[in-house]
Amino acid sequence: MASILAFGAYLPERVVTNQELGERLKCDPGWIREVSGIEERRYAAPEESVAAMGASAARDCLERAGIGAGDIGLIIVASGTAGRRFPGPAASIALQLRAGQTPAIDLPMASAGGLFGIALASTLASSYGNVLVVAAEKMSAVVAREPIDPGVAVLFGDGAGACLISRDGGSARIVDQLLHSDGAFAEDLRLDFDAPLAMNGRSVIMQASRKIPGAISEILAKDHKVPAEVEIFLMHQANQNLIDRVARSLGVEPAKFYSNIRRYGNTSSASMLIAASEWWQNPGPKAGQLICFSAFGAGFHWGSLLVECVA
Amino acid sequence: MDNRERIIAIVKGVSKKSSVPDASESLFDSGFLDSFALPDMVGELEREFQISIPDSDLNPRKFESIARIEAYIESRK
Repeated sequence: MASILAFGAYLPERVVTNQELGERLKCDPGWIREVSGIEERRYAAPEESVAAMGASAARDCLERAGIGAGDIGLIIVASGTAGRRFPGPAASIALQLRAGQTPAIDLPMASAGGLFGIALASTLASSYGNVLVVAAEKMSAVVAREPIDPGVAVLFGDGAGACLISRDGGSARIVDQLLHSDGAFAEDLRLDFDAPLAMNGRSVIMQASRKIPGAISEILAKDHKVPAEVEIFLMHQANQNLIDRVARSLGVEPAKFYSNIRRYGNTSSASMLIAASEWWQNPGPKAGQLICFSAFGAGFHWGSLLVECVA
Repeated sequence: MDNRERIIAIVKGVSKKSSVPDASESLFDSGFLDSFALPDMVGELEREFQISIPDSDLNPRKFESIARIEAYIESRK
């Protein structure tokens, strides 16, 4: 299995508070906090693209890894909010990084995209060396589509995360990965062309409440570990109430689940990588620590990843 | 207690309310349950009726009202 060299992140400058959004959407700022744990989120500038945000996160990641763009063997870009059907943002990000003719693959996935990207990268690293995974989302453009559903619009923000995977060692070894998909619920969370985001919140929460702890328990059991042995859980930042529920299901303190949703909202595929980037900087990995990643999203796609810190 | 009474007891416990809506009324639209209470209720149903509800059956419509929950439980016998 491959290793993680570094994470990176990019958040747009513009902060959109619950107060601002509440006034615009005619809903109570306190209600937004109560149902989601979100207090503010970031919105990209009108001209700021998914590819531009992804390239910024990638640069941050490469700088932290001390790796130049010329040393990347493959780029994988997850996004559910790319601005057009094709080409996706991967080739544009490669160009912005001056990565020459490095192959760049788009992964048109939403919230589970970052996790699936790392899992693919860890497998492909043996052939491609350093694999850069990027996840970038401009959810603000999606939730602004008419008719606006305030209950959906308040949940999302913009941002990008990145992760560099290497076959040649890094700060954390990928021990195991677990991916699942079930198309039976595809209609419950979807983004059709030029349509607003369609979300059956009850179905999403009910499935996520079972599948995320299920995926975590499954990967830990495979590796003869228990949740209490995990130093930190880095999960897709969908909703604080969901994060707390997953922690309770596993019998661990909610504090063991890193959370930044209060500041950024749900940034879909980018959220787990942004959370990992923040945790990697502070407090950061220490040798011997186990870290468990997990995500769930439209598809439904979900899974988990177990990592052991080596330095 | 019959199944309906057992279901009503679960709904009261999960919703933390002393009464329940009519059997055919939506538990969600009537404000008795929110999205996050639904997984709790499903867990309680599994324990009370000693059944394992597969993820493929986790369609909120099946658990929309007391009557629908009762029909689902009956279908699992």
